[in-house]
Amino acid sequence: MDLDTLLSFRWSVMTPEFIILGVATLLSVIDLFMKKESSRKPLAWLAGAGILAALITIFMQLDIEVTSILYDTYRLDSFSKAFKILLLLGTLLVIVLSSNYKKEDLEENRGEFYYLLLAALLGAMMMASSADLITLFVGLELLSLSSYVMAGLERRNKRSNESAFKYIVSGGIATAITLFGMSYIFGLTGETNLFKIAENMGNLELLEHSFLIFFAFIITFAGLTFKIAAAPLHMWAPDVYEGAPVPVTAFLSVVSKTAGFVILLRVIIICFIAAPGIDKEPILLQVQPYVMALAAATMIIGNVTALRQRNIKRMFAYSSIAQAGYILVPFVSNSSLLFELIWFYLLAYLFMNIGAFTVIQLLTSQEGSNDIGVFRGLFRRSPWLAVPMTFFVLSLAGIPITAGFIGKFGIFMGALGLEQAQYWLAAVMMATTLVSYVYYFNIIAIMFFRDSEGPKVSIPGGMAAVLAFCTASVLILGVMPDLALDFFYGNFDVNEFFMQIETEVHTHDH
Amino acid sequence: MNTWLLSILILSPLLGVLVLLFTPSQDEKSIKWIGVLGTLFPLGTALVTLSAFNKSGEGLQLAEKFQWVSYEVFQSNGDVSYPIFYEVGVNGLSMVLILLTTVVSVLAAIASFSIKKDWRSYFILFFLLEMGMIGVFAAQNLFLFFIFFEITLIPMFFLIGRWGYLEKEKAAYSFLIYNGVGSAILLIAFVAMFMKTGTMNFDQLAYTFSLPQSELNEMNITKNFKMGMLIALLIAFAVKLPVAPLHSWMVRVHVQAPPPIVMLHSGILLKIGAYGLIVFGAGLFPDQFESLAFIIGLFGVINLLYGAFLALTQRDLKRVLAYSSVSHMGIVLIGLAALNEAGMTGAVFQVVSHGLISALLFFLVGVLYERGGSSQLKDFGGVAKRMPIFAGVMLAGGLASLGLPGMSGFISEFMAFLGLFEKMPVLAAVGALGLILTAVYVLRAVLAITFGTEKELSNAHDLSSTERIPAFILLAAILFIGIYPAWLSDMLRPTLDSILLGLGG
Repeated sequence: MDLDTLLSFRWSVMTPEFIILGVATLLSVIDLFMKKESSRKPLAWLAGAGILAALITIFMQLDIEVTSILYDTYRLDSFSKAFKILLLLGTLLVIVLSSNYKKEDLEENRGEFYYLLLAALLGAMMMASSADLITLFVGLELLSLSSYVMAGLERRNKRSNESAFKYIVSGGIATAITLFGMSYIFGLTGETNLFKIAENMGNLELLEHSFLIFFAFIITFAGLTFKIAAAPLHMWAPDVYEGAPVPVTAFLSVVSKTAGFVILLRVIIICFIAAPGIDKEPILLQVQPYVMALAAATMIIGNVTALRQRNIKRMFAYSSIAQAGYILVPFVSNSSLLFELIWFYLLAYLFMNIGAFTVIQLLTSQEGSNDIGVFRGLFRRSPWLAVPMTFFVLSLAGIPITAGFIGKFGIFMGALGLEQAQYWLAAVMMATTLVSYVYYFNIIAIMFFRDSEGPKVSIPGGMAAVLAFCTASVLILGVMPDLALDFFYGNFDVNEFFMQIETEVHTHDH
Repeated sequence: MNTWLLSILILSPLLGVLVLLFTPSQDEKSIKWIGVLGTLFPLGTALVTLSAFNKSGEGLQLAEKFQWVSYEVFQSNGDVSYPIFYEVGVNGLSMVLILLTTVVSVLAAIASFSIKKDWRSYFILFFLLEMGMIGVFAAQNLFLFFIFFEITLIPMFFLIGRWGYLEKEKAAYSFLIYNGVGSAILLIAFVAMFMKTGTMNFDQLAYTFSLPQSELNEMNITKNFKMGMLIALLIAFAVKLPVAPLHSWMVRVHVQAPPPIVMLHSGILLKIGAYGLIVFGAGLFPDQFESLAFIIGLFGVINLLYGAFLALTQRDLKRVLAYSSVSHMGIVLIGLAALNEAGMTGAVFQVVSHGLISALLFFLVGVLYERGGSSQLKDFGGVAKRMPIFAGVMLAGGLASLGLPGMSGFISEFMAFLGLFEKMPVLAAVGALGLILTAVYVLRAVLAITFGTEKELSNAHDLSSTERIPAFILLAAILFIGIYPAWLSDMLRPTLDSILLGLGG
């Protein structure tokens, strides 16, 4: 590859990534030259501005057709655009959330936090856009490594240290498993490009090796479910969520999880769509019972274990595991509604979870405790926190007029509709949702039914903005879900997702 | 104007919420008056709606419809869309129930003068609850019905858990979980029907399900599917109604919730279960409903007798009335199971009549509790001497409850049993025993309070002028329906006819 070739790529399609990369670099340089004791708050605004700029460029890219550069390892299609919007939006809210984080320990390391966050975001965006196992993996690792460090950012907090350690060990194992699975995919097809893999998977010669394909699927899938914290690879989540600083927890539970679903969709759907399983049936149908059991286990474990948590961060860790279980349901049912259901649910999840974490952060940092008791009598003390929190919790529980209900309703449609109705999976989802009522409504009960003489909670401007934005979004998407769905249908074409295009390389004649 | 009338009616309670948001939270007096005025506005709108409603007209009136949410399904042979509409409308049955809702809401708001704390949040939740209840009866598709159904759930949870008596939180949770189970089953059934037929509209669903089996098979709708859906709906609404053995939550709520909320709960919310059984059970799956009729009737009789027996043994007036509600809901089931005109009319009359009677009785319980700080039967006696008007109203309410001719309770019991005797005489004969038990427990409770040796009350004065309004209005309505039932039956006739038509006679 010479310079001419390199220059001939349409680099402009990567503008959002370049912006994030540039801002991250800029932040690290500025941080280096800043006085140790000076506040790192301006860095937050700079990072936020960068993300906003990247978000705007994504919206400007909406009418660009599918473009693929770097020998089809990076592609810009409607899938990547739709999910990058989620990733950027989520990180933007996390930035605002973190700019008001009060812990002294984080204060010391603040600068690092912002460019690590951007690096993680960059990794996630690369995952959304990659069309090759190699770039996928690089994106995944960029996201993971940055997350490991962020989890341990409170250097003097034992729990934070423990959290980072647990995360890196279990994450490393998951990475190894993923890579192992991917090596089978490569071995079977001789390709790393997702679309070429898909092509080769349909090859008749492979029928003899259908068992290996099955094996490759299971291993890859298992490795990838780590990021979304689905059972049985969910064990890290409670410890990491509990130990990590709240903004990092919010990032992991929202952005990192979204990225996990992005990579699952990309790898699993594209690579295995035409692959035969044992006895020539399509593998995606054949593995359904396995994935179904996984989804059910995730919902059950997440919701039932959450019941017993007194620590609010751990409770939300289990809640987040349970939510991953719900989002796996459309994945299992192979519904034609797959993309919009997952996208919409993740969008709803973004607002309700970041909103909830904003309240959690304000309360836990003021009271210096993670016990659920910090919510005691919140309605009397600070109704402006209690009421938004109520909406977030209701949305997480899937109660109507909130975005969470529409999301769940859609998932039901996917599970009960079209080709084959998955009644029992829907029943598990409904039953576990009922279980979730107990702990979600417990938060509400503590806020409203108990009295407390605790002090009023002051809400800094940035946090208030996040709260207002998230509350409004949860309610607006609950009443007018078409705002988001129309946007999705208008800009998303499912065919693009499966469309292989040749890399545009204009090499000169020699 | 008429085109938006129903939506205005549904949203009308929100005006009260809006005003309350700008009222200082400590201003008890203004808040309470806004609370009452806020319920008068929906009542007024409901009356306007009633005047626009053509009583003899058939089918849906004042309908509104526009597309709300649309899911597009990518398929190789072109995209299929699954649109969800916002569609509301009223027929005779829902018009009557909406009217009942708005009337009982005003009276419950007046009764809410006894609320002791957090008046502003209380009334905001009260208005949301009212909006949900009106919406449930106005909704014309499953999605909308479900949303309003759930909207009633959340304010109730708060109202019980914050303003109730000693074991309020337990009652709130038990309400939430039981009804959560009900709505969970409901949601699965609704979505399953939607995905099979592509519509959520009641009429379209009824039409689709009434197609001959050969056409249904093309849509992959089997007889088993229909039966499954009906059973799911029956269970879901049995929780709401409630049918024994799913009734324990309801007794808890009746005992623990504040009296005005129990007025709404027992007067209106329980009726959603009956309404659902009539509209979705008998309305959508008439054939399957018919084959289950005996079981439904059996449950009806069990409810009637079981509730009556337990009411007989209770020492707390609230519990007597709670079990009496269980018992009276049995009559709704009995009427439905008869599947003939008399039975259906009885069931629907019972829905309205019990709404009024239980609202009145629970209002009186609230008054009693304020006077004596208790609702135990043993703490009262000879109330008639000090509070003659109260005692008179209570006796009248009791007589209405046990079905004295000339009062609304009589018509409904008479019709329901008339219907059942025609179809299942043995069952009806067993059930009729319940009527005797009803007379016994009602008279036992009412007489124990009003007559006998006089007990000291901390605050014994007769009904105040604000308290007289709800008492007299409810009593008047009970008598009016009892003496002139044709007014109600004229309203209900077209709806009943169309359901009976579906049932094949």
